[in-house]
Amino acid sequence: MHVAHLSLTDFRSYPTLELPLDPGVTALIGPNGQGKTNLVEAVGYLATLGSHRVAHDGPLVRQGAERAVLRASVLRERRSTLIELELTPGKANRARVNRAPVPRPREILGLLRTVLFAPEDLALVKGDPAERRRYLDELLVTRTPRMAGVRADYDRVLKQRTALLRSAGAAMRGGGGDLRTLDVWDAHLAEVGAELLGARLDLVTALDPLVRRSYRELSRDPGPAPVAMGYRSSLGEQVELTSDRHVLAAALQAAMAQRRREELERGLCLVGPHRDDVLLRLGEFPAKGYASHGESWSLALSLRLAAFELLSTESGGDQPVLVLDDVFAELDTSRRARLADLVAKAEQVLVTAAVPEDVPEALDGARVDVCAGEVRRVR
Amino acid sequence: MYEGVVQDLIDELGRLPGVGPKGAQRIAFHLLAADPADVRRLVAAITEVKERVHFCRVCGNVAQDEECRICRDPRRDVTVLCVVEEPKDVVAIERTREFRGRYHVLGGAISPIEGVGPDDLRVRELMTRLADGVVTELILATDPNLEGEATATYLARLVKPMGLTVTRLASGLPVGGDLEYADEVTLGRAFEGRRLIDV
Repeated sequence: MHVAHLSLTDFRSYPTLELPLDPGVTALIGPNGQGKTNLVEAVGYLATLGSHRVAHDGPLVRQGAERAVLRASVLRERRSTLIELELTPGKANRARVNRAPVPRPREILGLLRTVLFAPEDLALVKGDPAERRRYLDELLVTRTPRMAGVRADYDRVLKQRTALLRSAGAAMRGGGGDLRTLDVWDAHLAEVGAELLGARLDLVTALDPLVRRSYRELSRDPGPAPVAMGYRSSLGEQVELTSDRHVLAAALQAAMAQRRREELERGLCLVGPHRDDVLLRLGEFPAKGYASHGESWSLALSLRLAAFELLSTESGGDQPVLVLDDVFAELDTSRRARLADLVAKAEQVLVTAAVPEDVPEALDGARVDVCAGEVRRVR
Repeated sequence: MYEGVVQDLIDELGRLPGVGPKGAQRIAFHLLAADPADVRRLVAAITEVKERVHFCRVCGNVAQDEECRICRDPRRDVTVLCVVEEPKDVVAIERTREFRGRYHVLGGAISPIEGVGPDDLRVRELMTRLADGVVTELILATDPNLEGEATATYLARLVKPMGLTVTRLASGLPVGGDLEYADEVTLGRAFEGRRLIDV
């Protein structure tokens, strides 16, 4: 698929913007702070209903405006779909597909699919487990939009159960305490948590060989240390991880029963997919703490390439839009060239860079200059 | 900001559910321009509702007397009891004219975030009602959201030792709708709850 036209109203620095786009490579070139990333952020938002830069919608709306409108016309196998999204901070966002309103913005998930590479991706290797969980969960939602609902339910159960652990824990220390409803929340957390955990395990199994392959292709040395991707669950080592939801739910519930006292003392949910991590190994060692800067970058890029590969294969060759936001400036020459070769053949690639020299030659294509919120097609 | 009493009125109206600052202002100015007799009637209705309406001592529904209309009705089936969250749910189910049993209004759902536990709901009253063994089927009609489901599970576990039939309202496809328009969660639930066709 590819984006044929992007139009924005009061989004970030743009009062209005109309940007026609072609398949193939488009480089968005301009000095920092001129609005390049805002453009790819808008494309990403339409695909994931979230920004890779901020957690809330507030900063996305232009200063002084009440709402922002994002609109993209997406071409997929010669069929065109118009996706529109209206962001109103503090209110419910609204979406339309081909001019018809949809009941919830969530319904547009899957119509436009993107894989985004950004400088922040280094945190996938070097950062906290939360970064890696988010990588998995966002990919889950792109793969099966239904998972957006499962994630939302899980967050809600988690909040309810945490609130209960806090109040019940405090009451217990005071001599009283009411644990009757905790059993009920345990069961609900286990049920929704098993769904999320099972889906993540399936995903890691599918990604592992793709990450290995991408890493080999990106690394220059003849025999790079082999990488591997695994999953570490809060259930601990002794529980065998299967994707059978009933087995997982039972294991989660048993683990909660076992750690109940500790959970009450700390007022925290200590069991469940929100405590898990993705294990990335480089040869014998965990990548975090052992991988060099260059190796970490290769691994981070491999994770994104694997996601691209997986989404393309599973939708019968319909490739997601590739977005490379300011990444080439972060890479050494050889990684730059290899990454460029690997992505050059994708159906649509959007690249942002401060100067034209940051875009590798293999990614020769259209060029759009971005300056002070104005865009101009140069080539 | 408006002067004194006008602003007081806007503030009070703005506290009502579903009324924002703009709406409150609009209602306030409507009242200012309205016929005094109309306003007095509104005031009387509000005062009366607070003074005369009680909650039924049996089921917790709104009532003008000690017991509500449904609890006093001898034609209702006393062996079936339907548990709902709010009085407005009673009205919704009554509109179907399908249910001939009686109700029990909990007054909400379990939600630790809002500090609502079983003791804040009319659960003890429900257990007292079930104690004499007259009720043989308990229908759990709490909302099909997370809190409603948790409340239903809690109640089902609580009454299990009493050995009565406990049922939960079905959730699934809306009648008269198209399958293709159902969201995945609803459709998934409908699959889970599919049933045999008797022919």
